[in-house]
Amino acid sequence: MNNLLIMPLLIPLVTAVLLVFFYKQIRLQKWISGFSVLANVSVAGYMVHVVRQDGIQTLNMGGWAAPYGIVFVADMFASLLVLTTTVVSAACLYYAFGSIGKEREKFYFYPFFQFLNVGVIGSFLTGDIFNLFVCFEVMLISSYALIVLGGTKKQLRESLKYILINIISSALFVASVAYLYAVVGTLNMAHLSVRVAEAGQGGVLTTISVLFLIVFGLKAGLFLYFWLPGSYKVPPAAVTAVFGGLLTKVGLYAIIRTFTLIFYHDPYITHTLIGWLAAATMLLGVIGAIAYWDIHRILIYNIVAAVGFIAFGLAAANQAALEGAIYYLVHDMVVKALLFLLGGVIIAYTGTAKIREMGGLMRSRPVLGWMFFIAAMALVGVPPLSGFIGKLLIVEGGLAAGYYWITGIGLLTSLLILYSMMRIFMNVFWGVPKSPLSEPKKGTGWLVLPASCLVILTIVLGLGAEWIYPYVNQAGETLLNPDQYIQAVLKE
Amino acid sequence: MKTNDVILQTVAKVVVFLILTFSVFLFFAGHNNPGGGFIGGLMTAAALVLLALAFDLQTIRKVVPVDFRKVMAIGLMIALLTGIGSLVLDVPFLSHTFGHFDLPLLGDTELATATLFDLGVYLAVVGVTMTIILSIGEDH
Repeated sequence: MNNLLIMPLLIPLVTAVLLVFFYKQIRLQKWISGFSVLANVSVAGYMVHVVRQDGIQTLNMGGWAAPYGIVFVADMFASLLVLTTTVVSAACLYYAFGSIGKEREKFYFYPFFQFLNVGVIGSFLTGDIFNLFVCFEVMLISSYALIVLGGTKKQLRESLKYILINIISSALFVASVAYLYAVVGTLNMAHLSVRVAEAGQGGVLTTISVLFLIVFGLKAGLFLYFWLPGSYKVPPAAVTAVFGGLLTKVGLYAIIRTFTLIFYHDPYITHTLIGWLAAATMLLGVIGAIAYWDIHRILIYNIVAAVGFIAFGLAAANQAALEGAIYYLVHDMVVKALLFLLGGVIIAYTGTAKIREMGGLMRSRPVLGWMFFIAAMALVGVPPLSGFIGKLLIVEGGLAAGYYWITGIGLLTSLLILYSMMRIFMNVFWGVPKSPLSEPKKGTGWLVLPASCLVILTIVLGLGAEWIYPYVNQAGETLLNPDQYIQAVLKE
Repeated sequence: MKTNDVILQTVAKVVVFLILTFSVFLFFAGHNNPGGGFIGGLMTAAALVLLALAFDLQTIRKVVPVDFRKVMAIGLMIALLTGIGSLVLDVPFLSHTFGHFDLPLLGDTELATATLFDLGVYLAVVGVTMTIILSIGEDH
């Protein structure tokens, strides 16, 4: 038992409820939520430290032992993601302070933001597949609110699609959970792993696993990403940054968790399928990224491409590839949020999202320009920045697993991502201004500050690889040896 | 044309109290029998909605002059605090306990901390349901 595990979830939850009480005092709301996200970063950091020292931590809710009660499990993989989540959401929140506007603040923006954190962090920590569904729903319902807040025509149109697609996938999720329960009779993930191993992963269970792959693939944007570009484009930058940084990654986390812990017995079918889905996602994503001239769309299609790349790490499923996937996942959460924040600042300065109408921003905003350059380089994976190590490990693992074609596609994708990012950089920052800069709102300059924290983080994630690698190594080891997870949950 | 709601209004005035009483019964039954905060809360909300249908939203606002968003937040807070209590006592989160007490009038009564949690659920459900229905009802 370790009550520390509930804290990263409890802090945003209590904060959200407090914020509802003070819904008229926006200033007080900012103070409370600003303080709470920072507290959560330190709690999550401490949790990573504890897991590093003492191994996997578990918490049986209400003292009901697993597999009968709901259990929270923090292995290194989950803890690292929780820590990254808290950092990213802190940066996005501070960005939102300066950019979100009174209209949204009045209609419970900050409480919804905290509820979103509750859902995301809960999804990472829960050890029960039905509870995972519940946390998904908490996250999704908050995201519905965040996407529609503001109520412009575009937002209403896109949020309708977004809600529809997510309701369908949630219904599928519950159905798959029901099938799984009907076959093996448990919902605790560790217990599921034991039961599936005992029963052998036959045709029925493999089919169910593919159903789960479809469900999580819809949430993560793994091949089934058709809903993503439209709905991520409409909310303001701070919200898109959180969505791009966190939401799709929760789907990816769920895929990685289920296919390393529960359905790992028939990789010939499931992992090959994931591999080809990943390849298709990378290609289609990057084609989108080079096809558009709209800064938002380019960045959104880059999310899709990265999802494919991480899923490929799972498909290869050896030590190097899984470590790479974990490293890349952490890197991608940080850098995607960062790029969207910077994109928001650029749009605030130029007043347009079309890169062909921008230009010459380097002269007036050099700091912004260099930050964008570093972020773009990190995204592509230029050493010594954070994307490099993850990419290297995934490529190494992919080759070792014999996926030569898909590794090739991955490398080609990186090259095209470089092209798409450089196209933004050259169009926006080089040359001469095509239209007079619109007068930015007061305080726009300060928006660079939360983004700069993330820039420093990507540099640290790259340069400090020596120091971070042991953590990733521990996380990868747990994923490769499901017994560690099972032992921790079902001990006694 | 003005509709005539005399029958509905007369019946509603009586039935609402029956429903409210039953919802309280359901709430307390919930500990060991079917019932509980969720279904009790829904039933309370149903009574209020019946009032809203028979009369109108302004009447509801006058009869029950509370901000249902606050009710929801208070409910969530109560539920959370019972959970946080277990942090203070260093037992797993959401742990609950019960005991038997000799109360005047009621005699030997089982009091459980889970009821407090359920009270939070009850308030949250009433708050959410009424917020949704009142805001949809206002929208013309």
